[in-house]
Amino acid sequence: MSQRQITFEILRYDPETETEPRFQAYCVPCEEEWVVLDALNYIKDTLDGTLNYRWSCHMAVCGSCGMMINGEPMLSCKAFIRDLPAGTIKVEPLYHFPIERDLVVVLDDFMDKLESVKPYVIPKKQRPIEDGPYKQTPKQLHQYQQYSMCINCLLCYAACPQYGLTPEFIGPAALALTHRYNLDSRDKGRRQRQEVVATHEGVWECSFVGACSEVCPKDVDPAGAIQQMKIASTADWYLEHLMPWRRS
Amino acid sequence: MSRNPYVREVPRTTWYMRNNRYIRYMLREVSCVFIGLYAASLTVGLVRLAQGDNEWTHYLNGISSPTGILFSLLAFGFACYHSITWFNVTPRAMRIPKGDGFVPGPAIVSAHYIIWAVVSLVFLLMMGVL
Repeated sequence: MSQRQITFEILRYDPETETEPRFQAYCVPCEEEWVVLDALNYIKDTLDGTLNYRWSCHMAVCGSCGMMINGEPMLSCKAFIRDLPAGTIKVEPLYHFPIERDLVVVLDDFMDKLESVKPYVIPKKQRPIEDGPYKQTPKQLHQYQQYSMCINCLLCYAACPQYGLTPEFIGPAALALTHRYNLDSRDKGRRQRQEVVATHEGVWECSFVGACSEVCPKDVDPAGAIQQMKIASTADWYLEHLMPWRRS
Repeated sequence: MSRNPYVREVPRTTWYMRNNRYIRYMLREVSCVFIGLYAASLTVGLVRLAQGDNEWTHYLNGISSPTGILFSLLAFGFACYHSITWFNVTPRAMRIPKGDGFVPGPAIVSAHYIIWAVVSLVFLLMMGVL
């Protein structure tokens, strides 16, 4: 097993003693099979126990360890050091979110937005439990399955320049999850979600940069979901104006 | 322990210089300026045509000058970049149901190229170029 000394420049911020973040360098003996998260764990365990960052599963499932690695939003548990360009590796908290402490960002804005789009199945009529489960065919599942793979890692928000420039934008993950529920055959909540989604801060703030989909570690393609919702919202508008009796 | 989150401002005028992905996006957006200018030039051409032979000849001389040709080439390049980048993303905006799944992306992209080629061919035939 080969080992390489690699310097990590990590953005540190202590809200109690500092007014702005600063980079701190750590020299880490990295193993060939290490990901960036392994190096962070090494720093925390061996070099500096005060370093703060979120992580949990170490297998790209929990979505906790998203951070900027050499300026690119990545899951640190999926970012193999051997795949990164040689030299110093720069690690920063996800762009476009306030820094809580070191690599930990404030998630409140995203949580509020996620809640606003009602990301759960809203059936037409609640059924009693004794009536059994809502059934769904594989074809119906296939309609939304891709968009259900989101792990809320927020790499898409860090990649989206629109969210950076206009923080009111609902953003890629929340909109992709909206689409996921709108496409679900068991759900009848689209009209409720449209009040948030078919607005300027909703799908219309997106200008299809496509960065969200490029960085998504789960191939959810939020940009595609948003464009599909734009088309559906446009169709709604025309139908409402051409066939006003449909409004009910 | 007190909370004092640090907000990093996004530079309002230089944000797109941060990576190549954003630069490619801005190129796609800027392409509309060149396409718009080309459309304006065509409109001026129509006006000159209505004004008479002399004005029309003057206009033709203008667009066939080295500057005119350079502008046309630039507009053509941007029009191609705009079209190609949009064609490539269409399958993500258009999910056409087929059987249990969807029409594959390459088929949708190919259809766009075929329609582009046919429309271009019709126009070239109408203009007597072919």
